[in-house]
Amino acid sequence: MTTRVPVVEKILSANDRIAEENHARIESAGVFSINIMAAPGAGKTSLIEQTLPRLKGKLRVAVVDGDIATSIDADRAAKAGAQAAIQINTGGDCHLDAIMLRSALEQLDLTQFDLLIVENVGNLVCPASFKLGTHKSVLVASIPEGDDKPYKYPGMYRGVDALVINKIDLLPYIPFKMDYFERGVQVLNPGVLTFPLSCRTGEGLDVWIEWLTQHATHKK
Amino acid sequence: MHELAVTQSILDISLRHAKDAGAKQITGISLVIGEFASIVDDSVQFYWEMIADGTIAQGAQLHFERIRGEMICANCKHSFHPDDIDFVCPNCESPFVQITKGDEFRVDSIDVE
Ligand SMILES: Nc1nc2c(ncn2[C@@H]2O[C@H](COP(=O)(O)OP(=O)(O)OP(=O)(O)O)[C@@H](O)[C@H]2O)c(=O)[nH]1
Ligand SMILES: [Mg+2]
Ligand SMILES: [Zn+2]
Repeated sequence: MTTRVPVVEKILSANDRIAEENHARIESAGVFSINIMAAPGAGKTSLIEQTLPRLKGKLRVAVVDGDIATSIDADRAAKAGAQAAIQINTGGDCHLDAIMLRSALEQLDLTQFDLLIVENVGNLVCPASFKLGTHKSVLVASIPEGDDKPYKYPGMYRGVDALVINKIDLLPYIPFKMDYFERGVQVLNPGVLTFPLSCRTGEGLDVWIEWLTQHATHKK
Repeated sequence: MHELAVTQSILDISLRHAKDAGAKQITGISLVIGEFASIVDDSVQFYWEMIADGTIAQGAQLHFERIRGEMICANCKHSFHPDDIDFVCPNCESPFVQITKGDEFRVDSIDVE
């Protein structure tokens, strides 16, 4: 005889549980942490490179870099002044998960830092489903990707705490209807913080740095 | 491309609940997946056959209930399924709309013997 057993459990509940452990660990060390997600090439590493020198002498920063195979991005972060830069190679996986972050955290003495920046694998679909346990998740959108991305990748825009709109220096050259883009964003994620900026010219970076600094100093 | 992880998770959850229920065999699994939650394609079925083999979930049917995204207009209260191009209300064209359905991403129930 067949019986139906109600389950009602979120599909990635095991990952969520480990994410909660990560969160507790980061929080108890008094560190502010962000998970940066974006399509390949949106400017995640560029944002980290622009951010680090601006925090120099103010915040001690650790960077964890997720990449399918190389350590290029972690090297860039180290060069830009990260006090620690750890590479996680996902071995083909298109996203970081909470277990991968946990093993990176095991290599760090978190009490030595004020800010932890995680760069996720370039991908506009999968990272959204895998919580890592950071305080905030940040999506980097960029102008050349086009203004229709919220409509095409709703899952990614839906869950984040902040949205960086990078490469605004390219607005004069690329058709990008900002009101159309922002309308989609507001439906998917009402009131989400947005930071329009350019890693090229530095425009808009001050506000971003201010946001990070405020959160990180609040933790101390 | 994260379907393997998703499939593994579905298996783990199902086996755990089946054990709690004292079941000998899992014959079916009902999944509820909303349009905005995550992209989960048919490769889950493919992975399922690989990883469920040798467990009490071997041969279980996966039932996908896909929930279409639904929005409600704050202006005229019209409920609608958004098209892929824009999220404005098709009735009054207001952009002030809210998502009411589409975030589901869960194992709903299992059928056991
Ligand atoms: N014009 C312009 N180019 C930018 C800007 N930010 C980044 N780029 C360029 O965009 C390209 C990709 O930047 P990355 O920072 O490597 O992007 P990423 O998101 O880290 O890429 P992956 O880690 O490979 O997914 C590089 O050629 C950057 O120089 C910007 O604000 N304006
Ligand atoms: Mg990068
Ligand atoms: Zn309406």
